[in-house]
Amino acid sequence: MTVPQQLLTIAAVVLGTMATRFLPFLLFPAGKPTPKYIQYLGKALPAAVFGLLVVYCLRNVTPFSGSHGLPELISIVLVVILHLWKRQMLLSIAGGTVCYMALVQTIF
Amino acid sequence: MQTFSVQKKAFRAAFPHTIPILAGFWFLGLTYGIYMNVSGFRFWYPMLMSVTIFAGSMEFVTVSLLLGGFHPLQAFLMTLMINARHLFYGISMLDKYRGLGWKTFYLIFGMCDESFSINYTADIPDDVDRGWFMFFVTLLNHFYWFSGAALGGVFGSLIHFDTEGLDFVMTAMFVVIFLDQWRKEKNHLSALAGIGISLLCLILFGADDFIVPAMIGILGVLTLLRKPLEPAITSSVKGGFEK
Repeated sequence: MTVPQQLLTIAAVVLGTMATRFLPFLLFPAGKPTPKYIQYLGKALPAAVFGLLVVYCLRNVTPFSGSHGLPELISIVLVVILHLWKRQMLLSIAGGTVCYMALVQTIF
Repeated sequence: MQTFSVQKKAFRAAFPHTIPILAGFWFLGLTYGIYMNVSGFRFWYPMLMSVTIFAGSMEFVTVSLLLGGFHPLQAFLMTLMINARHLFYGISMLDKYRGLGWKTFYLIFGMCDESFSINYTADIPDDVDRGWFMFFVTLLNHFYWFSGAALGGVFGSLIHFDTEGLDFVMTAMFVVIFLDQWRKEKNHLSALAGIGISLLCLILFGADDFIVPAMIGILGVLTLLRKPLEPAITSSVKGGFEK
């Protein structure tokens, strides 16, 4: 690819990304009342989306080979325990990450 | 200066929320910059792409697009598929991002997974300006990603890693955000549907192709569950925002 072709390819990716981010705001502008169904989705979707994002982060875990996803499982359990116990976002995240790094660098 | 007190206050409130992203984005951004460097691209490619695209996983995919033939339409359509989840973010942020003037444009432009998640769930104190808070969360994340990618692109071949596993910081953050959302809601059907349908689609379609089927499944289930779910959701979310 030539440099202008590369820049056009990057522009196509930018355009695609922006389309997915701006489309809902263009379809449902501030002036007009948002349909009730879309309002409902706006409130119901986030919980499901956070679940999707957790699964997305773990998409390359192999439960039946390698480390069997054990480092991920142990570290996530630690994140959950820390977070329910102390409710300090940074502590829960740092604790889980340090635990995971220790596990994959030493045991697994 | 007195005139910037609103912005300073918002910045101080926003920064702690972005610390995990600082760790995660510098690590992933560095990895991305190094990946472009070893793929034969000059340092200004990751710099340009991290500022203009600002969607982590898509930028890794773009590297392989740039290494292939010239197919801009295919690149555009592929981006729509990979980034389709942003549509859900937009629908969820309609009320929160609208009516903030020029900030609205930047907030939507910079609505990556992490900015959306923080801006949706953060409990912003009453005396902190919401618009500026969300603006600084987005701007800081954007800056972390850009600086990581730039450093990786410039120093790529000189950097050696003994940071295996640091990328787990993003997983840990989404687990925490999921838990915070869980504690706030009265009805967990949507959260459980999100996990269950995503796992099912991951098993059925594999790691590279599960997101769009999972989104369709989530949309379908939430539409079917509207009758029982809607009263529970509107009563539990009220008071959480719309200040």
